[in-house]
Amino acid sequence: MADGSLPTEAVSGGKPPIRTHTMNFGPQHPAAHGVLRLVLELDGEVVERADPHIGLLHRGTEKLIEYKTYMQAVPYFDRLDYVAPMCQEHAFALATEKLLGITVPPRGQYVRVLFAEISRILNHLLNLTTYAIDVGAITPALWGFEEREKLMEFHEAVSGARLHANYFRPGGVSKDMPAGLADKIGEWAEGFPKFIDDLETLLTENRIWKQRTVDIGIMPLEEALAWGWSGPCLRASGAAWDLRKSQPYDVYGEMEFDIPIGRNGDCYDRYLVRVAEMRESLRIIRQCLARMPEGPVKTQDNKITPPSRGEMKRSMEALIHHFKLYTEGYHVPAGSTYTVVEAPKGEFGVYLIADGTNKPYRCKIRAPGFAHLQTMDHLSKGHMLADAVAIIGSLDIVFGEIDR
Amino acid sequence: MSDDTVTIDATAEALADAFGPAILEQGVALGEREIVVSPAALIAVMAALRDDPRFGFVQLMDLCGVDWPERPERFDVVYHLLAPAANTRIRVVVPVSEGVAVPSVVSLFPAAGWFEREAWDLYGIPFEGNPDLRRLLTDYGFEGHPLRKDFPLTGHVELRYDEEQKRVVYEPVKLTQEFRNFDFLSPWEGMTTLPGDEKANRG
Repeated sequence: MADGSLPTEAVSGGKPPIRTHTMNFGPQHPAAHGVLRLVLELDGEVVERADPHIGLLHRGTEKLIEYKTYMQAVPYFDRLDYVAPMCQEHAFALATEKLLGITVPPRGQYVRVLFAEISRILNHLLNLTTYAIDVGAITPALWGFEEREKLMEFHEAVSGARLHANYFRPGGVSKDMPAGLADKIGEWAEGFPKFIDDLETLLTENRIWKQRTVDIGIMPLEEALAWGWSGPCLRASGAAWDLRKSQPYDVYGEMEFDIPIGRNGDCYDRYLVRVAEMRESLRIIRQCLARMPEGPVKTQDNKITPPSRGEMKRSMEALIHHFKLYTEGYHVPAGSTYTVVEAPKGEFGVYLIADGTNKPYRCKIRAPGFAHLQTMDHLSKGHMLADAVAIIGSLDIVFGEIDR
Repeated sequence: MSDDTVTIDATAEALADAFGPAILEQGVALGEREIVVSPAALIAVMAALRDDPRFGFVQLMDLCGVDWPERPERFDVVYHLLAPAANTRIRVVVPVSEGVAVPSVVSLFPAAGWFEREAWDLYGIPFEGNPDLRRLLTDYGFEGHPLRKDFPLTGHVELRYDEEQKRVVYEPVKLTQEFRNFDFLSPWEGMTTLPGDEKANRG
């Protein structure tokens, strides 16, 4: 309407005209959690259709892995969900171990479970606090990121890197924990419940928080299953489904913890489930520290894991092993496996096809966020624009894993 | 362990009973059940796997393509299903030739939508009946299907910001050094058929 006149049918109907807008949300919007370009069709302020355009962070990880040896493929998994890097490595390590037919010594398994749970808390801290920012609360992020920094120091202590750890390897973990780290983690675990309580005083009964999240983006259980949901989002819809319980890997089978579930499947329940999961993770961390046995942290077969540095300087055989491992790598027998872990966001799967060479033939990465983001249109239809932001926050979207 | 074998065998019988010749192959390797199905039978098999109370595979967790350039049926479409109640998984493999459409399972599992778009984007496998079969992960206006084995790792184009034109321009990819892909198969391990023995292993 370049001349500013109203459409005739709107005038004759006696209502003010409402035009639908098509709006670009992102890819540079802070509430888009990375590089989400969400094309929204709005009727006034009500979302009629949401079309997420993804792939702006696509790096071709699966293609790259086909050209790398199994050991060189591990760091790519850090770069998928960079908020909880070790859980992704865990899936790839387990898949490769399954094809190789090796088991990890008990201490290695405990260290992995310990750090997988630390990663889970890292993830939930980031998700809950940035979710709160999206909805308008700044303080949780200021508090939560301080705790994240403490946890990343533990990452750094074992692997040398705060984020891209490259710590879990097929056959175990790259190095043992340094002396005294277990005590530091134990100390931190003593103080952390106080932090969760403080976080909850800011949000759980907060009037504005509840107005923005309760009954927003409801996902009934039936639909959640049909849409391939997993992890905390599925549990918020009422399914007591947790791969750490139902299909345990490493030493999760020996751990005592509960599965928190929600009742309504709305944004508020997804928040509550994650808060409760942090408390459960803390229980697992304490059990790991209490029960951690002594011994090697990786399989002692030097055809798969490298020998120690000291040994390499003295033994010719160890030197040859080291050289072969870091140039050629190991050959994995032909076969295929779909191995899953309960990553903080949900079921993270690696479908690995080996053809008997030192490189994977195919490595499909099943990212939980991919299935969750897909439901954006379904969830946000009929909600207000501001609710779409709350829904994105509650789904826990990280583009590293969605775009791959 | 013995309980596991019993349930797995029961599943095998139930599968054979329910589908008969529709299943081209089935087997269990590394504790994972896999069935091979032709594209024509796919919808019926998937519907039964979801709705038959003996199976109850209500969740489609993953769908992906695999490229086997040497085979006449070049692609595999691989579905991973999960039955949360029985706590079992199954892998359904559908071999297809290049350019042949696979029936879409979106009507059965809404989750398949994006996964099928991804397989179309990366492998060029068309899915008949998918209401929204656009490219998903690659750039707007991208040409080719990057996860095919004959697509080069470096791709065909590179892009940079052009200061004069004030926009991003695409150019053919230029490498200062050839990509080095070493063949690590030693002749003793890699050569399964010795020269002169080709006829002995044929048929």
